[in-house]
Amino acid sequence: MTAETAAKAHRPRRTGRARKPLLYAVASLGLLVMATPFLWMALSAFKSRQDLTASPPVWIPTHWTLDNFAALLDQLDMPRYFLNSAIVAVLVTVSNLVFCSMLGYALAKLDFTGRSKVFGLVLAALMVPGNLMILPLYVLMNGMGLIDTYAGLVLPFAAGAFGVFLMRQFMLQVPDELLEAARLDGAGEWYIFWRIVMPLVKPALATLTIFTFLGSWNNFIWPLIATNDPDKYTLPVALATFANDPNRTVAGGNGMLMAGSLLVVLPVLFVFAVLQRHFTQGVATAGLK
Amino acid sequence: MSLTTGPAAPHAAVDKSPGPGSTPAPRGRRSLSRHNLTGWLFSTPFLVLFGLFMLFPIVATLLMSFTDFGARHVTRPLEAEFVGLDNYIRLFQDETFLKALFNTAYFVVVGVPATILLGLLAAILLNNGIDRARTLFRIGFYAPVVTTIVAVAIVWRFVLDPSDGLVASLATELGVTAPDFLGSETWAMPSLIAMAVWRNLGTVMVLCIAGLQAIPTEVREAARLDGAGAWQELRRITVPLLRPTLLYATVITSIGYLNVFEEPFVMTQGGPSDSTLTVSLDMYREGFNFFHMGYAGAMAYVLFVVIMGITVLQLRLLKDNTR
Repeated sequence: MTAETAAKAHRPRRTGRARKPLLYAVASLGLLVMATPFLWMALSAFKSRQDLTASPPVWIPTHWTLDNFAALLDQLDMPRYFLNSAIVAVLVTVSNLVFCSMLGYALAKLDFTGRSKVFGLVLAALMVPGNLMILPLYVLMNGMGLIDTYAGLVLPFAAGAFGVFLMRQFMLQVPDELLEAARLDGAGEWYIFWRIVMPLVKPALATLTIFTFLGSWNNFIWPLIATNDPDKYTLPVALATFANDPNRTVAGGNGMLMAGSLLVVLPVLFVFAVLQRHFTQGVATAGLK
Repeated sequence: MSLTTGPAAPHAAVDKSPGPGSTPAPRGRRSLSRHNLTGWLFSTPFLVLFGLFMLFPIVATLLMSFTDFGARHVTRPLEAEFVGLDNYIRLFQDETFLKALFNTAYFVVVGVPATILLGLLAAILLNNGIDRARTLFRIGFYAPVVTTIVAVAIVWRFVLDPSDGLVASLATELGVTAPDFLGSETWAMPSLIAMAVWRNLGTVMVLCIAGLQAIPTEVREAARLDGAGAWQELRRITVPLLRPTLLYATVITSIGYLNVFEEPFVMTQGGPSDSTLTVSLDMYREGFNFFHMGYAGAMAYVLFVVIMGITVLQLRLLKDNTR
């Protein structure tokens, strides 16, 4: 499939002058459709109750207000959920960076008996849908007393197969001579791994950081199951619970939900816009979502 | 469990051999055992976590599915009774589950082709038609993929709201009445599919752009010299050469849609009258609302077998093509 090309886009076809505007029109229309839900969300978060229920729809708030945010913060402990989401995402990311890199290094650069079997295991793990594990995982975590704890939210994701695959791919490109030279100088494997290999694969670490962090930030089904205590909810769980709560104050409820959605999505969009180069790299390298 | 924003299988073309650039087998005095030990030491953390939180649960789900595992067994798992194939037999007589299977199939059969087609279209447009503001377009088309699904599902719910949603208000403007999208058995599923397509076409687009850029310019030039028009070029060059990419995109999109959970959970809660109940949602309900865990485990395995079957089938197609 995708060869690991950082291929320069080959020169686009020189379309006839008449066709160009049409293509731009189609692409722009597509972009508008893609962006509409985001725009609707962002603008609605600042609308007054009248604007929210107006027909025809009001796009730009007639007067901008922070009422929705105030009401939301009044009903939901958003800072706490933010903190929970952030703590879990950071822990998951750090542990993935360390553990996936370690195994990636072993698979790429260390000859050991059973190496190809371990790699086969990693490839198989990529194929297994998460839904297959959640039932006994709940029983296990419950037995370990880890429901409603950060450990319970982090451990199942502490080392993902995708990360191993990605790190191995990049570490294969580190020249062997370099490692051999270091070994001849008497450097231990641990030193070589931390001081020589890791700095060389920084781009891969960046890619893995983004994917793991956002994956954790957006994760839903496991946090939904692994938390009963609202104090331990992550943002998506809190938001979904609030959205599906039949007792929710209906009037102006949509404004509150848009404010909440905006708060959840904003950091993601920011990270993505700033680091989007790494995304396309990650997708092109390993072919993933 | 993989924590990427979707299934992240490597391509079938990945060779399982250690590959070039790996350390050659040590010769002579360089001690093999040192590498053996370090190799396993470096593998240990991953393997421990993998064994405990993936391998064990996978096996446990299978064992569970042959028992009457229920709420009282959560604290005493070993007291569950063996019931043979009971759960599986009941499953296929369970109208709700059969409906969930049908709904999931509907989601895949309609959603996958739509996602692939629009993603391919976007890729061709951005790669061969557009040369200005490319990054902007790329960000715009890919942004839904990375955003929190729960949040965008809530936004879509509002957009489709019959009383004050965007679509309803626009329809009123045009003098027509929009259906209550999420409240009608006919429209609820297509609405969820529309949202999933909107959300996932960016993935297909990025994969296809990478594939398009791997097509040598000479091939296109040659075709053009032979007088191929744009349509012929698309049919005879672009699509055939993109075949492996498209198949791979089909595999991961299918796996994603077979597991679809968040959209119905947030947007419809499986309603109206189970018309958007998917297998994953049914499993969640049976497992965590009613604590019929043995039964839910059987569901998980049926879904797993279907997913594996489809994956193997599609990968086989891929192999035939690359030969």
